[in-house]
Amino acid sequence: MTDRDMETDHLPENTGGAGHGAVTTVAEDPFQDPGLPAHRPRVTDLDPRAAKRAERQVALLFMIAVVGVIGSMVCYTFVPNTKVHRFTGLGTVNMNNLALGLCLGFAFLALGCGAIHWARTLMTDVDLVQERHPMKSDPESTAFAVSEFKQGVADSGFTKYPLIRRSLLTAMMVLPLPAVWLLRDLGPMPKDALRHTLWAPGMKLVNPNTGQPLRVSDVTVGTLALANPANLNDDPDERIDNLAKAAVLVVRLPQEALKGSEAQKKKQWDWSVDGVMAFSKICTHVGCPVALYEQQTHHMLCPCHQSTFDLSDDGKVIFGPAARSLPQLPITVDADGNLVAVSDFREPVGPSFWERG
Amino acid sequence: MSATTAPGAGAAGQYDDVKTDPVSSWADERLGIYKGSKNLIRKVFPDHWSFLLGEIALFSFILILLSGVFLTLWFNPSMGEVEYHGSYLPLDGVSMSQAYASTLNISFDVRAGLLMRQVHHWAALIFIMAIMVHMLRIFFTGAFRKPREINWLIGFTLMVLGLLEGFAGYSLPDDLLSGTGLRIASGVILSIPIVGTYVSYFLFGGNFPGHDFIPRLFTIHVLLIPALIVGLVTAHLILVFVQKHTQWAGPGKTNDNVVGLPLLPVYTAKAGGFMFVIFGVVFLLAGLVQINPIWAYGPYTPDQISAGSQPDWYIGFLEGSLRMMPNWEWNIWGHTLSFNVLIPSLIVPGILFTALAVWPFLEQWITGDKREHHILDRPRNRPTRTAFGVGGITFYGVLWLAGGNDLIATHFHLSVEALTWTFRVLIFLGPVIAFWCTKRIALGLQRRDKDKVLHGRETGIIKVSLEGEFTEVHEPLSAGERYRLTAHEVQKPLELGPATDENGVERPGNRALKLRAKASEAMFSDHVETTVEEYKEIEAGHGHH
Repeated sequence: MTDRDMETDHLPENTGGAGHGAVTTVAEDPFQDPGLPAHRPRVTDLDPRAAKRAERQVALLFMIAVVGVIGSMVCYTFVPNTKVHRFTGLGTVNMNNLALGLCLGFAFLALGCGAIHWARTLMTDVDLVQERHPMKSDPESTAFAVSEFKQGVADSGFTKYPLIRRSLLTAMMVLPLPAVWLLRDLGPMPKDALRHTLWAPGMKLVNPNTGQPLRVSDVTVGTLALANPANLNDDPDERIDNLAKAAVLVVRLPQEALKGSEAQKKKQWDWSVDGVMAFSKICTHVGCPVALYEQQTHHMLCPCHQSTFDLSDDGKVIFGPAARSLPQLPITVDADGNLVAVSDFREPVGPSFWERG
Repeated sequence: MSATTAPGAGAAGQYDDVKTDPVSSWADERLGIYKGSKNLIRKVFPDHWSFLLGEIALFSFILILLSGVFLTLWFNPSMGEVEYHGSYLPLDGVSMSQAYASTLNISFDVRAGLLMRQVHHWAALIFIMAIMVHMLRIFFTGAFRKPREINWLIGFTLMVLGLLEGFAGYSLPDDLLSGTGLRIASGVILSIPIVGTYVSYFLFGGNFPGHDFIPRLFTIHVLLIPALIVGLVTAHLILVFVQKHTQWAGPGKTNDNVVGLPLLPVYTAKAGGFMFVIFGVVFLLAGLVQINPIWAYGPYTPDQISAGSQPDWYIGFLEGSLRMMPNWEWNIWGHTLSFNVLIPSLIVPGILFTALAVWPFLEQWITGDKREHHILDRPRNRPTRTAFGVGGITFYGVLWLAGGNDLIATHFHLSVEALTWTFRVLIFLGPVIAFWCTKRIALGLQRRDKDKVLHGRETGIIKVSLEGEFTEVHEPLSAGERYRLTAHEVQKPLELGPATDENGVERPGNRALKLRAKASEAMFSDHVETTVEEYKEIEAGHGHH
């Protein structure tokens, strides 16, 4: 739409309005701009002693800054970094940090306050008026610039040789592609990595702190145990990446606590050892480890976004933004009575992704 | 009046007695500093407390750069695992990344290291806070209007870069809290349709967390984004100089002048002094108030978390958005669409930020106003814009509060489920209520201004007449105050002419025009106008009270 199509009558300048723009209607207009008020002198403008006092105040502030800066270096050197002290309201404080912060903080504050005090008391406070000019170029500059540009374009032959023009534009269009293409080696293709964890048939569940295999007797109703796959430390380079997918939590539920359809209850019980069952610790929302276990209700809460899973109902989401149940890891016992995995998880753990399906 | 006009070519010898010092002249002969600075030295800046907000952002950014350089001298951006044996005994022997170990080293073994870490973190929090409040000031006073739309966009980009830079910064130490933040970010990336999994694998160099991400983030945090911010801040400031600062309406202040104090000496002293005041406040905070005690969180490991995990304040709105979203997820044709992550973390902020970026252009389209504006609006005089702004703040505020729903729940003994549901309702209702209330308040304030202009100021002096009637004495406003309250334009809604011309041909762009007229009607129809005629009528009628 061009300016010509638009109604401009509604713009205040054209409606007459209160007519402030037109200062020419003098005495007629009680709302007119009375102009800049007369300057009111400050005490320091009138009284030389006040000005002298202000000078001393500014100088004092600047000297405080000097003291603070030197003090900070003294503190850096002599206040031990290891000394801590407990202050009410501040908690335990590193004394070196406190001393440095106070010295430099007050030094900067004094320097700043000195400069501002100087400006406010002793520098001019008489308002100056400068004109504004429209940002738009004047017609002469516009005409000159346009003709210069046209001359430049004409000299280049950019419009005269379409083949050059088009091939150049094509070249410019393909030019940015390598900026993306050459980044290919940033990472490997995901393939099916998100679908697999370290869990495999017969893999022992071990206590993350002691490294000891977990046994059925270690888990009673109401306790929450954590477990890692026994081979987690085999590849130190990949340990954390593997842990991010394989971490499980182990709880024990009485059979009568299970909810849901018969098929679901049967599955959940079959994948457990006498009610000792393992669930993925990785939230199906965005991947935080779920951590808060409510023993009575068997609810598992993720502290990040409060997704709540009911472990007695096959890990179903009962509140919060997570969409999918916590995956259960099928487990059994080996000949020595240690808990071991029956297989890997039967579905991908952790956050959803496009290819998950 | 100061010298705004450049001295023209005078008679030969006219300037012979102008003394220049040899150093400046040396520089001038090579750089032309005299002609370059002649209009800058005494350039006038208007004075108002609200113009300092952007300065706070600038000065805290300077502090971030300086303290950041200090930190890079010791920080080791590596995810390689080491066993810690430093001064902090509770973590002795614990396996951790070198990034985390070197951050512990900066905190406990490098003198002034903790101070600089805390300066860096406090200054970053203040930086983003100042940017946002500055942006709100620009919004509510209409300082984004022509010719400053480009500077609005630059400022908007700086705000977004600030958020990214802050998030990148607090993710670097690789402590449990920052690692959790990255885990959430990786989950968000995975939710992006089609390319999400690939983007995640490329960014992290494979599985999360991998070994590549912190070194990559480090380069982004200390080189890429700071360079962009420095460049854009420079452009931002150049435009402020070229376009000259806006000013409030008042006696002697017009759209064609700028009234204030000169750069040299007053603004140099005031702004320079203010810079040191900001430095001082940040150093005092860094000395006195602990921030981000990463040693208390422990090193990141993907199977651990602490309850009450909170991001830095400026990420809180995204956190809240994620928390309050219902758990919608679709599986179609073997693909997963995680609306529960996609909507709150990418679409909602996308809409919020886009609305912010395009507002100046939207408003200009509605008003059809193509003139330059250098006099600021008082927020009450633009009730609809102000109401939109407060509605937006409310929307953001509800998101932000929802980001702390667990802490609110534990602190006030409330149910986190009930709180989440409250926020789910408030996110829709809150902005509407805020919009409506703000508009009423703004129009009420307009009426009060009108009352003041027409009837004068309430003096608090009560007179009793002989009949026993109590009246309050009103004092007429000064001419300056009257001007200040009436100087704004009263925007009238756009009125449409006939939809067809005399030949019955439909006006081009009719539908767009109708939409504009409707928007204009909604925005401006209820503005309160105080006219000279009203004033005169009252003056003539019963004079002063």
